Amino acid sequence: MSSPAMPQETLVTTGATTRWSFGRGFRGWVRRHGKLSAGLTIMGVLVLFSALGPLYVDTGDAQPMSAMPDVRPSWEYPFGTDDQGRNLLAVAVVGLPLTLLVGLIAGAVAIVIGTILGITAGYVGGVTDVVIRGISDVLLTVPGLVVLITIAASIEGVISVGLMALVVSSLAWMWPTRTIRSQVLSLRERSYIQMAKLSGMKTHEIIFFEIMPNLLPYLAASFVGSVSAAILASIGLEALGLGPQNEPTLGMTIYWAMTFNAVLRGLWWWLVMPIVLIVLTFISLFLISAGLDEIANPRLRKES
Amino acid sequence: MAVSIASARTVSTDPVLSVNGLKVHFFTRRGVVRAVDGISFTLHKGERFGLVGESGSGKSTTALGIMRTIQEPGRIVDGNIALYADDMVVDLASLQPEEMRQRRLADVAMIPQGSMNSLNPVRRIVDHFRDSILAHERNVPDRQIIERMHELLRMVGLQPAVARLYPHELSGGMKQRVCIALSICLSPKVIIADEPTSALDVVVQRRVMETLAAVQERLHAAVILVGHDMGLLAQFVDRLGVMYAGKLVEIGTVRQIFDNPLHPYTRLLIDSLPTLEQRGVFRGVPGLPPSLLNPPSGCLFYPRCPSRMEICQHVAPPLVEVEPDHWAACHMYQGEGRQEVVA
Amino acid sequence: MSWRHVLKRFGMFLFVVWGAATLNFFLPRLAPGDPVRQRLFQMSTTGGFTQTGVEEMVAEYQAKFGLDKPLYEQYFNYLLDMARFDFGYSLTLFPMKALTLIMDALPWTIGLLFVTTLLSFVIGTLLGAIIAWPRAPKWVEGLAAPLLTLAAIPYYLLGLILLYVFAFSLQWFPLSGGYEPGTRPTFSFEFIVDAIQHSILPALSIILSALGFWALGIRGMMVTTGGEDYMLYAETRGLRGKTIFARYGLRNAMLPQVTALALSLGNIVSGALLVEVIFTYPGVGSLLFAAIQGADYFVIYGIVFMVVLAIGLATMLVDLAYPFLDPRIRR
Repeated sequence: MSSPAMPQETLVTTGATTRWSFGRGFRGWVRRHGKLSAGLTIMGVLVLFSALGPLYVDTGDAQPMSAMPDVRPSWEYPFGTDDQGRNLLAVAVVGLPLTLLVGLIAGAVAIVIGTILGITAGYVGGVTDVVIRGISDVLLTVPGLVVLITIAASIEGVISVGLMALVVSSLAWMWPTRTIRSQVLSLRERSYIQMAKLSGMKTHEIIFFEIMPNLLPYLAASFVGSVSAAILASIGLEALGLGPQNEPTLGMTIYWAMTFNAVLRGLWWWLVMPIVLIVLTFISLFLISAGLDEIANPRLRKES
Repeated sequence: MAVSIASARTVSTDPVLSVNGLKVHFFTRRGVVRAVDGISFTLHKGERFGLVGESGSGKSTTALGIMRTIQEPGRIVDGNIALYADDMVVDLASLQPEEMRQRRLADVAMIPQGSMNSLNPVRRIVDHFRDSILAHERNVPDRQIIERMHELLRMVGLQPAVARLYPHELSGGMKQRVCIALSICLSPKVIIADEPTSALDVVVQRRVMETLAAVQERLHAAVILVGHDMGLLAQFVDRLGVMYAGKLVEIGTVRQIFDNPLHPYTRLLIDSLPTLEQRGVFRGVPGLPPSLLNPPSGCLFYPRCPSRMEICQHVAPPLVEVEPDHWAACHMYQGEGRQEVVA
Repeated sequence: MSWRHVLKRFGMFLFVVWGAATLNFFLPRLAPGDPVRQRLFQMSTTGGFTQTGVEEMVAEYQAKFGLDKPLYEQYFNYLLDMARFDFGYSLTLFPMKALTLIMDALPWTIGLLFVTTLLSFVIGTLLGAIIAWPRAPKWVEGLAAPLLTLAAIPYYLLGLILLYVFAFSLQWFPLSGGYEPGTRPTFSFEFIVDAIQHSILPALSIILSALGFWALGIRGMMVTTGGEDYMLYAETRGLRGKTIFARYGLRNAMLPQVTALALSLGNIVSGALLVEVIFTYPGVGSLLFAAIQGADYFVIYGIVFMVVLAIGLATMLVDLAYPFLDPRIRR
């Protein structure tokens, strides 16, 4: 007669106050996922800056000899200019998307490799697992940047952004592999997987329809982590001078600034621009990653 | 009835714990869940009281409520828990956190449900005893602690060598018995056992229950045994309280409940117990328990009750004493003399 | 702890080192051109001597560096050299051996890394644990946000900021180097004070950011640990808050934290090297930077080898120490 088991979604007053985070809808969601929202907002601003920037600034001005050198930030040059005559606003508009792109490509490659290897190792187990785990654990202990330096230093000629991304991703797949593998291991023993096996589902069906959906939060968190690590590594390489010499990426800007002694000459704006943009990027990635972590592990959320 | 019932023991009539109108509510994003909604019963010295009910009936929450270890987003919203200790009565529900901490283990102890993971994996068994005893008696010399621990281990049937081991080196039954030993190390007046044998196989179950019985006899402590297995409980306890949807629907001695189950829910529970002679179809209790989020007015068992009446849908029946010391919350007995709660 | 396990772990360590050495050997040879010839051409154009005779010089060098022998023989000799830490000669500072340069720089780096890692790990872990504890005083919660911000900033960027603000603008600290230029490193009191003064900013760059990382890490672990059954049972037994926090909570949350330490050593070192470059700190980082700029390949490969060796060793030690922390893992 009555329907006893259906929970009712109502806005419930507890005591005297009604907490609007209890509500459904956008505001409630934002309130509950504070970190994620903040991170996405900052990233959104950065992406918008990159997308709309070319409408306000000539991207050609990101090349040397486009403007008076060493000009402080002013109305004409909001971010100032550097020692070689680049308009730093243009550099920001060109360099930020390049940096983000490197991170995106490397992160994507790393997560694809990581997912394939992680699921294989976790689900199939046995010798395959031992081999994959052995290789990834061993490679994890190797300091990535240092090896990347070796690789980058050995590559002759000018490096392109895409090549950078590939080089960086070659050492970024281990962490996702590890994370995904441990998740798959714990999922594999869950009852519904056993049920799926018993009811005759094929292996690839189980992986795609039962395991992957539950992996999504971890995949997302790993992806963001990979992007973050990739950007970190690529900027590190660039700051050492091992990046694409002809592209005005943020890391190369730091390299040029250091080479031309921006600090000693008080040319603070030359460094502030890339640093602020990079820091904002990392903060947003960090917040997004923390937010995704909270979704994956509900206990981390602050229940009101 | 083929269930063997604990032989009648002499039980004191002095109360040791009295729960009155206990309400524990959980304030979740979806609303308020009334897990325990007005429970009252009295536990006497040396008595064994069973709290039985299906999953979600509120029995474990009651146990946690008495111990005041309800975690967010749950809270005790009403009621008092009277502890009769050393010539005075203390209301556990209104104690400050530090005062309650001192009462735990020393006056009221709880044996946890999932002993698989209840022991600290990085501390040895002996350290668990040290932690427990020193938390309440500050200056006990270590030698005394070790002596007491050995005695306790012997009481629960464990070798003294167990003390040096880490929890992962013990079997499930051994871990549970360690938990029993820990619970009695300060000779509490009340022991609450929250489904102590759920995770164990039948043979070990019996051993653990025997240990619990022996321990209880030794200490003259009162025991509240929480569980969902009527048959198991019946073999151990003196009195039973049947819980449904956060309320007590029947209280009585085991004899009374099995000979003359008053509440329809109790009847269905007993009918669903398998016996050695019974063949044919086993009946469970059809339907699902109600949502405790926004419980309807009236009797909560109404949708599943085979004896329901018109009034049951609108008025919640209070717990009344139908025969001496046998209480039921059902409109079928409301015509009899009314008597308010506390069995 | 069985000897078999120790041996197995040591074998893994040797495998990593061998792998790194092999990579170091083959990578440069995969790229077209060869370093010696390039270097000589570079020198000849800058130095201004003629093209003739360069080929003979190249042949001489090749013979000297064994580049004319067959590959497998080169590889074998290379491995032997690596085992003796003979990385060859520095191409820019010939005839200094690469090993000498590295050994001069190594103590500075090790000192910096050791102190910063220790301080940031200990302080960060304690801070993060306290932040996670529900019974901590209210203001502690406020630390979480700045720590998160700091954790997100890479060490070297933090270093640049600190350099500009505190060394250039405020002039509270020296701008570069490990000690006053011109002084000779000794074990005198003045020198040590001077060295410490020079290392404060580089150390802070690492500590402040790493602190945030460790704090946030342990905070997550404490939350996970907090939900465990043994925590509830500890409370049920009426244990004191401090006991539960330290011996039941933190003690268990430390396990994954230590694992994280072992796994992040590579990242920490990478970050520290870049910090050294920013501050021109006379460690391995600056040496590497200079070597890259001067295409001093042997020094580069030598440094890479040493770094992999050191981190592999440290990781192995942490791994071997783990069973002492977690009794469930006793091999």
